[in-house]
Amino acid sequence: MGTKVRMRVWRGDGGAGGLVDYEVEVNEGEVVLDVLHRLQATQAGDLAVRWNCKAGKCGSCSMEINGRPRLACMTRMSLFDPADAITITPMRTFPVIRDLVTDVSFNYEKARQIPSFTPDPSVGLGEFRMQQVDVERSQEFRKCIECFLCQNVCHVIRDHPENMPAYAGPRFLMRIAELEMHPADTADRRAIAQDEFGLGLCNITKCCTEVCPEGIHITDNALIPMKERVMSRKYDPVVWLGGKIARRPRRDTPKVPGGRA
Amino acid sequence: MTQAPQAPARTRAQIAARTLRRDAWWRQPAINAAGLLAIVVYLTWASLVNGDYFWKPYISPLYSPCLTSNCAPGAGFHWVPWLTALTPAILIIGGPLGFRFTCYYYRKAYYRAFWRSPAACAVREPHARYSGETRLPLILQNVHRYFFYIALAFNVILTIDAVVAFRNHAGQWGHMGLGTLVLVINAALLWLYSVSCHACRHAVGGRLKHFSRHPLRYRAWSLVSRLNAYHMQFAWVSLFWVLFTDLYIRLVASGAITDPRFF
Amino acid sequence: MTDIDEAAQVARLPYDVVVIGAGGSGLRAAIEARMAGKRTAIISKSLFGKAHTVMAEGGCAAAMGNVNPHDNWMVHFRDTMRGGKFLNNWRMAELHAKEAPERVWELEAWGAVFDRTGDGKISQRNFGGHTYPRLAHVGDRTGLEMIRTLQQKVVALQQEDAVRLGDPEAMIKVFAETTITRLLKDGGKIAGAFGYVRETGGFVVFEAPAVVLATGGIGKVFKVTSNSWEYTGDGHALALLAGATLLNMEFVQFHPTHMVWPPSVRGLLVTESVRGDGGVLRNSEGRRYMFDYVPDVFRAQYAETEEEADRWYTDPDNNRRPPELLPRDEVARANNAEVKAGRGSPHGGVYLDIASRLPAAEILRRLPSMYHQFKELADVDITKEPMEVGPAQHYVMGGVEVDADTGASVVPGLFAAGEVSGGMHGSNRLGGNSLSDLLVFGRRAGLGAAEYVDSLAGGRPAVTDEAIAAAAGEALAPLRRMSGENPYTVHGEVQEVMSGLVGIIRREDEIKTALAELERLRERAASVRAEGGLAYNPGWHLALDLRNIMLIAECVALAALERTESRGGHTREDFPEMSPEWRRINLICSLDGGRVRLRRQEMPPMREDLLALFDRAELKKYMTDEELPPAAEPADGEGTH
Repeated sequence: MGTKVRMRVWRGDGGAGGLVDYEVEVNEGEVVLDVLHRLQATQAGDLAVRWNCKAGKCGSCSMEINGRPRLACMTRMSLFDPADAITITPMRTFPVIRDLVTDVSFNYEKARQIPSFTPDPSVGLGEFRMQQVDVERSQEFRKCIECFLCQNVCHVIRDHPENMPAYAGPRFLMRIAELEMHPADTADRRAIAQDEFGLGLCNITKCCTEVCPEGIHITDNALIPMKERVMSRKYDPVVWLGGKIARRPRRDTPKVPGGRA
Repeated sequence: MTQAPQAPARTRAQIAARTLRRDAWWRQPAINAAGLLAIVVYLTWASLVNGDYFWKPYISPLYSPCLTSNCAPGAGFHWVPWLTALTPAILIIGGPLGFRFTCYYYRKAYYRAFWRSPAACAVREPHARYSGETRLPLILQNVHRYFFYIALAFNVILTIDAVVAFRNHAGQWGHMGLGTLVLVINAALLWLYSVSCHACRHAVGGRLKHFSRHPLRYRAWSLVSRLNAYHMQFAWVSLFWVLFTDLYIRLVASGAITDPRFF
Repeated sequence: MTDIDEAAQVARLPYDVVVIGAGGSGLRAAIEARMAGKRTAIISKSLFGKAHTVMAEGGCAAAMGNVNPHDNWMVHFRDTMRGGKFLNNWRMAELHAKEAPERVWELEAWGAVFDRTGDGKISQRNFGGHTYPRLAHVGDRTGLEMIRTLQQKVVALQQEDAVRLGDPEAMIKVFAETTITRLLKDGGKIAGAFGYVRETGGFVVFEAPAVVLATGGIGKVFKVTSNSWEYTGDGHALALLAGATLLNMEFVQFHPTHMVWPPSVRGLLVTESVRGDGGVLRNSEGRRYMFDYVPDVFRAQYAETEEEADRWYTDPDNNRRPPELLPRDEVARANNAEVKAGRGSPHGGVYLDIASRLPAAEILRRLPSMYHQFKELADVDITKEPMEVGPAQHYVMGGVEVDADTGASVVPGLFAAGEVSGGMHGSNRLGGNSLSDLLVFGRRAGLGAAEYVDSLAGGRPAVTDEAIAAAAGEALAPLRRMSGENPYTVHGEVQEVMSGLVGIIRREDEIKTALAELERLRERAASVRAEGGLAYNPGWHLALDLRNIMLIAECVALAALERTESRGGHTREDFPEMSPEWRRINLICSLDGGRVRLRRQEMPPMREDLLALFDRAELKKYMTDEELPPAAEPADGEGTH
């Protein structure tokens, strides 16, 4: 049978709580979520853990394991020295509901403020023609499983919650990039990316990319290209002058109103 | 109720520790800080010393183009007579330095190493307020694109310097010394660093919505994207090599070593 | 306070349509109901966008003919009926084949980014049982693309409402991490739904005349399953408890390829695309054994030599398909048989080899999540070594008996779509037909529910305090008990019984043993105790799910005992043949005085124009003589295979 390992799990609600020590059995090939399940089944029946597919595909079991934001279902126990206790805490950026479960509603509110996919209305069903090379950039971003680990690790809101209203976070700045690079989209979200969703707050320190369980190059392929596009739209004097001379009208798509945030 | 914004006010898990990470998260920013500091110290000294930067046909990349009238004989253009108080290096260093300072990679490196915002992922930063790159002065990081074009001009000049280095000390073509090789590598690394830059990636094709309508630009973008993956490596190696080139020429010019000639 | 007093304080939320389940079919139904102008609530057992649909990897079957222009709805219909061994509800199979392309194109217009063909259309891939490349896909994460697109369409509708009505949630609202435990009725009609919110443990009542069940499957009835914890047969059980009927619950799909090692990931799906893209199955002797398992009914369509099978990947028009791409039930049985015969891999599976069939870069491009999954969880590099795989419970073909056109169950106001509904897939579902099923029948159920609400005019059914009190009392019982068993223990035992005795291969004596075991377990399940409080308490949630699991387990076992033949997802060792007589029989499960009852119901005959799509010779393999269409030319079809 397996060996015993010490787990220090944060338990509590409403922010109040602390680390509780457990000793649990671990078998070969197991991941952290297996061990949490064994805890539930044997010692702590009411330990709250959010999980779902247990295959790294749904992005539910985000938490911090020895201080690092990770998916519990994709973190193998063999990663850790069996002699040391493993510390498990909820995502720090979001309010705690109970134990390891956090309130991630912030993300759903941000999602609702971004202007949706806006195709040319004259294109009929089945008439879209898009080349593979044109969809590949958006496809990379659509691998996102919305585990919100990037949102959690981003110091802009992790260390400065007061920025939350002004900042959409890597996941949703990437959503804007995804739409801006979509070959059939017609809206222009560059201005609001900067003014409403806080792209300027990002200082490209790349923690989002470091924690992404899908290995999406969030910083290099989404955030920096968006910064460059914003530069063209808002700060580049040559582009501005060219637009004036050619009398190109600006059609900035506004942020979606009516959110109750 | 569930995702309604008016859900009861909740707080985050109150965890006092700055981080619960147990790996050596401080190591990388410490190495970067030490490296960058050493480079800054050397750069400052080398740009102020105003001597031993030229040994025909080699010129230190820190002093090229040599524009001031106090430039070493035969080394430059002597265009700027009224700035003799400055060294030729100080006059021009703003170009390449600005390119590197606003570079997306270096920004990450020094924000982490010096500003500690954040020092490492999931490590609390020490600042009470944070406005990122939304205000002066950091909003000026957006000029990176123009520094990129300036850097290209420097690359052209330093490439010419490398070509010119195929002369011997007497000015005859068809010769090559170790210094030539050093300068050629220097130019090559600078090109790799500039071409792999994010602003370049945007300019050659990244700003397009439909790659399929611009096959040549798509190929250029794909190439730059591949190089871009190594932008950090190019950033360090090219910077180190600029300094090494300066040092090498300095040693040759001062007579401390003799430049080995290949042919 | 009495329960009734408490019930009076439970929040009552009025809606037109309540959709239970936020996977593909639930979201598609809700979108349709909202577009028909109905105030719609979406109830999701987990967070919005996390539904089990994300696990679907291969693709969404729709006869668009983008890759092979010979494809059309009739070919798709035939493939679906063959895959289901002609037990399908033919009207559903017809609607599905006809409407799937439009549903896929709709997704594209809502922002889905499928892989493309050279001429810019949606690319389509090969899959088991499909004659032509038919599955619209995005790498091997098609389900994620679908759920995200539908999620973003819901958000887009909310944005419209924010502009138009000033409130994004005015017309369509998602109740995440909320579980329904009872459907409420007024007379014979649906009046609403009762449930709890995980976060707080607080109760909610949705007052709505129409409820769409879209809760997915029953995987957690079994031990080794690719399904997530949510799949506890909630919709099936809610329907039964509300007086609706379940159809053909004996048909449970065991998908042939899942990871078998390490133990913690046993049951994790290995997509069929591995085989669609060239992967082959081998036993421990290195033999490509699937050639030995081609059944007579499929003999004509599948290759007989490795050479022919390998040629098919590049020249499908002039070669027959490799037998690795037989319908899932056939492949699962073959894998099972090889292991039983002692030719399995060290961890009790068989070998699935793609490494020797495709260059490493191509594997990485086509199957990125599979590479990731094996690398991260099993330290296996699939570009270098074969995978060890084995069958696991994957899908249930049986489900709520519904009207094909509207998704209506026999209870007025109750609709069902997706995996929770029955009939569409007959005795076995083809890969790729699930995602298209969700879209086609999700939309139809949403529309059906909207039309039903319109037909009610003013007279809406009402929810009584008594009904709420009863539901609340039932939900609180496991917490109020001072003593009782651990729900995890009882659940584990149910899973053992079902996997061991009513699993992939079944026998009369074993099923009878299972039924006796279930009888004992039912009493234990009814008296489990959950420790802790109301807020986010997984032990309590499992205690409530146990009721559903028990009901479904019994339905599956009873139906499996009754059907004395082998067909699709139901294999009887003691009745190994497929019987034309049984093909005409649907087994209907219902609840009568709290006890599960089973009865036989005759299948309506297939419409003539649909029947005419098949060769008489082929129909003869499945149907009784009296069902066959009159032979046009008496000699034709006789004795041919």
